[in-house]
Amino acid sequence: MFLRVAWLIVQKDLTVEVRSRELIYTTAFFAVSCVLVFAFALVREGRPLEDAAAGILWIAIAFAGTLALGRTFERERHTETLRALLLAPASRPAIYVGKLAGILLLMAAVEAVLVPLVALFFDAPVLARPMYLLALLVSGTVGFAAVGTLFAAMLVRARSRDVLLPVLLYPITIPVIIAGVRGTAALFQPEPDVEMARMWIAILGFFDVVFVTLSLWTFEPLMTE
Amino acid sequence: MSRYYGALIVVAMGMFAVAPVLVANAPYESTMGLVQKIFYYHVPSAMMMFLAAFVCGIASAVYLFRKTPAADRLAAAAGELTVVFGMIVLVTGPLWARKAWGVWWQWDARLTSSLLLWMIFVAYLLVRKYGGPGSEKLGAAMAIFGMANVPFVYVSVNIWRTLHPRTSVVPDLPAPMMGPFLFSAVAFLLLFVGLLSARMALERARATVEQVYREADEGDEWERRGEE
Repeated sequence: MFLRVAWLIVQKDLTVEVRSRELIYTTAFFAVSCVLVFAFALVREGRPLEDAAAGILWIAIAFAGTLALGRTFERERHTETLRALLLAPASRPAIYVGKLAGILLLMAAVEAVLVPLVALFFDAPVLARPMYLLALLVSGTVGFAAVGTLFAAMLVRARSRDVLLPVLLYPITIPVIIAGVRGTAALFQPEPDVEMARMWIAILGFFDVVFVTLSLWTFEPLMTE
Repeated sequence: MSRYYGALIVVAMGMFAVAPVLVANAPYESTMGLVQKIFYYHVPSAMMMFLAAFVCGIASAVYLFRKTPAADRLAAAAGELTVVFGMIVLVTGPLWARKAWGVWWQWDARLTSSLLLWMIFVAYLLVRKYGGPGSEKLGAAMAIFGMANVPFVYVSVNIWRTLHPRTSVVPDLPAPMMGPFLFSAVAFLLLFVGLLSARMALERARATVEQVYREADEGDEWERRGEE
């Protein structure tokens, strides 16, 4: 029942998105512009600063993710879908998991554009240790989206939610950014430091477990009037 | 307890008046000399910042699950005090660092995690102030997540960088320094408890006034209906 509810919500979000393609196009384009803006700041005399590629990749993920979260829930608010979902006889944690899965799919699509772009622009060896990079991206995105989905959902009814989402989300997700950037930078070195990457993946995995649990636990009281 | 906050604050102020004498009489630290004296204010306020953050996180969890208004008032008061004591830490820290390390700021584990903790609680106050109706709940979630985040910030920044003296400095303090240190720590603790209860009393008074206004409005409504 739990998984069925979550899956139905993912299906609903996918159907809406496939019909309009609004979020994927705007978010992916925004992520690409982010990479360019940071490239102008961090590339000197044709060469990027050390570790710039990893930093730019994760900043673009965080910024694009915030935008996607805000837009996704704005859509829910606009059509009163979230209220309808909360009125439905479905368990609240299942609704949270469904929304989280939808955000994750969207962010994965954006990352599929971002990673090759960073490889192309900054000559980053993304294929040196592809499985470790994938593990970093997955665990980092899950951590970011887990906190982001809860905050975006609870801010739906709040005033000035557009500015409050990043204000709340960034200080909490700093460990994700540090771990993502340092782990990716370790993999992008001429000699990939696998030990380092593995340690950051472990920290991210731990972060994911704690914050997904905490979100499941607080979603119900937060979303009840 | 809230009735005695005036007395607590007066005692704390008295201790703060005496503290400079004790700090001046404490021996000089061998390498840093006079500059190290800021330690007697920096470390106790850092301890109060962490205590306040902890109180705010616990009270927020209680409020979120039990809906007790008193827990919300405690969380609000503790959240504000986290920011106040954090300000003291973030002002005295760079002053000390400038003399001890030669720079105002270092991206070191303790500095960065204190700054982040402070930022989390500034965000907490922002969401409470500008979140509109129901913002206490949003704030409560922020405080709970913020508290859970502290170990992650600490571990990740720690692996990233370390320069600050470790906490083991405090238990190893020589006796002539320990006395003034404990004195300031107690003074800061009394100030913290005093301010916390003063702030809670203020918040309670505000809630009462709101309640009275609401009742008065309802009374007007009834009268108007009666006239019709």
